[in-house]
Amino acid sequence: MKDASYLKRPNRTLAIYALIYLAFLYIPVLFLPLFSFNDAIYVAFPLKGFTTTWYAQMLTNEPLHAALANSIKVGAATAVIATLLGIFGAKAVTRYRIPGQKPVIGVIMLPMVIPGIILGVALLILVSRLGIPLSLYTVTLGHILVSVPFSMATLIARFEGFDKSMEEAAADLGDNAWWVFWRVTLPMVFPGVLASLLLCFTISFDEFIMAFFLAGTEPTLPIFIWNQLRFPAKLPGVLALGACILVVSFVVVCFSQWLRRRGGAELSDTGI
Amino acid sequence: MSESTAIAGPAPEQRRTWTTRLRVMFMRSEALRGYTLLSPTLIVMAFSMCVPFAIMVVMSFWSQHGFDFDTTFSLSNYFEAIEAPIYKALLIRSLWISGSCAIATVVISYPMAYYVAFHVHKRKLLWIILMTLPFWTSYLLRVFAWKVILGYNGAINSGLKAIGLIEQPLEFLLYSPTAVVITLAHAWAAFAILPIYVSLEKIDRSLLEAAADLGDGPVARFLRVTLPLSLPGVIAAMLMIFIPTVGDYVTPALVGGPDGIMMANLIQAHFGKVNNWPMGAALAVSMMITVTMIALVYIWVTRKATERIA
Repeated sequence: MKDASYLKRPNRTLAIYALIYLAFLYIPVLFLPLFSFNDAIYVAFPLKGFTTTWYAQMLTNEPLHAALANSIKVGAATAVIATLLGIFGAKAVTRYRIPGQKPVIGVIMLPMVIPGIILGVALLILVSRLGIPLSLYTVTLGHILVSVPFSMATLIARFEGFDKSMEEAAADLGDNAWWVFWRVTLPMVFPGVLASLLLCFTISFDEFIMAFFLAGTEPTLPIFIWNQLRFPAKLPGVLALGACILVVSFVVVCFSQWLRRRGGAELSDTGI
Repeated sequence: MSESTAIAGPAPEQRRTWTTRLRVMFMRSEALRGYTLLSPTLIVMAFSMCVPFAIMVVMSFWSQHGFDFDTTFSLSNYFEAIEAPIYKALLIRSLWISGSCAIATVVISYPMAYYVAFHVHKRKLLWIILMTLPFWTSYLLRVFAWKVILGYNGAINSGLKAIGLIEQPLEFLLYSPTAVVITLAHAWAAFAILPIYVSLEKIDRSLLEAAADLGDGPVARFLRVTLPLSLPGVIAAMLMIFIPTVGDYVTPALVGGPDGIMMANLIQAHFGKVNNWPMGAALAVSMMITVTMIALVYIWVTRKATERIA
């Protein structure tokens, strides 16, 4: 780095703005855990008192457990399938020079920017015309569609991070394509794969719009929450549940981001 | 090759050369191998987007009769969509809300992205994770959190009342287009931060040094170097927020109230309570076409504009 003192000069106004911005991002979300410990049905200041009743109630709430199990099933299936598709796609676009690569990536990334309601409604029409009953499978299909772009983006970064010559060396030493993938490529991209699995799981776990249209009689957790919102008396329970989900999402996402970036930084630092 | 010679065919010689030739062609053509590897992903994605879209377009020309569809081709849904004032009003409101939300989000996120790109030197990664973390948590819960905050007896109103600043709850907070814009700006912040940050980070710092050496002050440096070079990120961010938010229905449903209802709520109603799927499909298609046209015009205009600046 060259000496660029005026670029490095700290800017107090901007720093304060940045803190306010972070507060804007985080404080609204923190209201959920705050009120979830409040000893009152209504969400309002002043706080009435500390209670863990709402959390205790979750332990005996059977429909909630069923919804949680559904969400975990859908999330796990989505994570595995979307990551597999992401591995194929990311390897193809980073290892081969393909004509029309940009439009192809564009098509795969499309669900990121298409309004969720359009995708949800279109898939709903498709499965109902095909006579497929709405179930957790249809929800999984929808979730795969919205997860693959994120899986691809995560994995492309990872595949670009390491040198193609490692694979070529393994191939020259007599490994066939599968062995090269298994012994060289996979260990190298493994942090990316893990990050993608966690990310896709979180996306599916938190996804509401597709699930809203594609879930049948078995609700996922967000659908369960949505149904609870109609009953004011259930509000504290939703707050407690929401607080738990937020904590789990935060931990999982932090871990996946850390995996993804740390892995990438390590590679570029050592110059591999 | 052994399997092709093992097959006893009428002309084994010819068959072998044919398969060998195919195999050689396959191994030689990088594009072919690339596409083979890509095909599972591409087929799944293309199939699960194109086929449903095609069926939705077809359905938008049908009409609903009780619980059945009349599959004769008719443009009546589209005529209704154009003639009935409610659809037009809601579509315009959706575009208006999404447009304001895109602008608001970009404006409030730009200084933040600028700060991280230019003034954070240690632990940049931590800052980026901090800025994008809320994006990965449940969308529904984030919108719900705003309902808790802005509500008639919510955190702001009850808090202000408790400390004696107001007598009556402020009604404009919840159930208004403003509430929708605030909530959406919060929910989509990461979509603005990331592209702007990336475009700022890419700027060659020596250009700024050169501008400084040639006598530009901080403001001129920003206006003549940083801002123009970060425009691609700003343009992408606007589009990436505008398009998905037009079709949002969770936020309007939870915090919008009757004045904040958007097009997507109406589409959802046609697939639910109203139970008129063809009309819902026609509305979805109309919304898609409108958004695509706006996006294309926007891309064209911004490209012309950036060309002129450059």
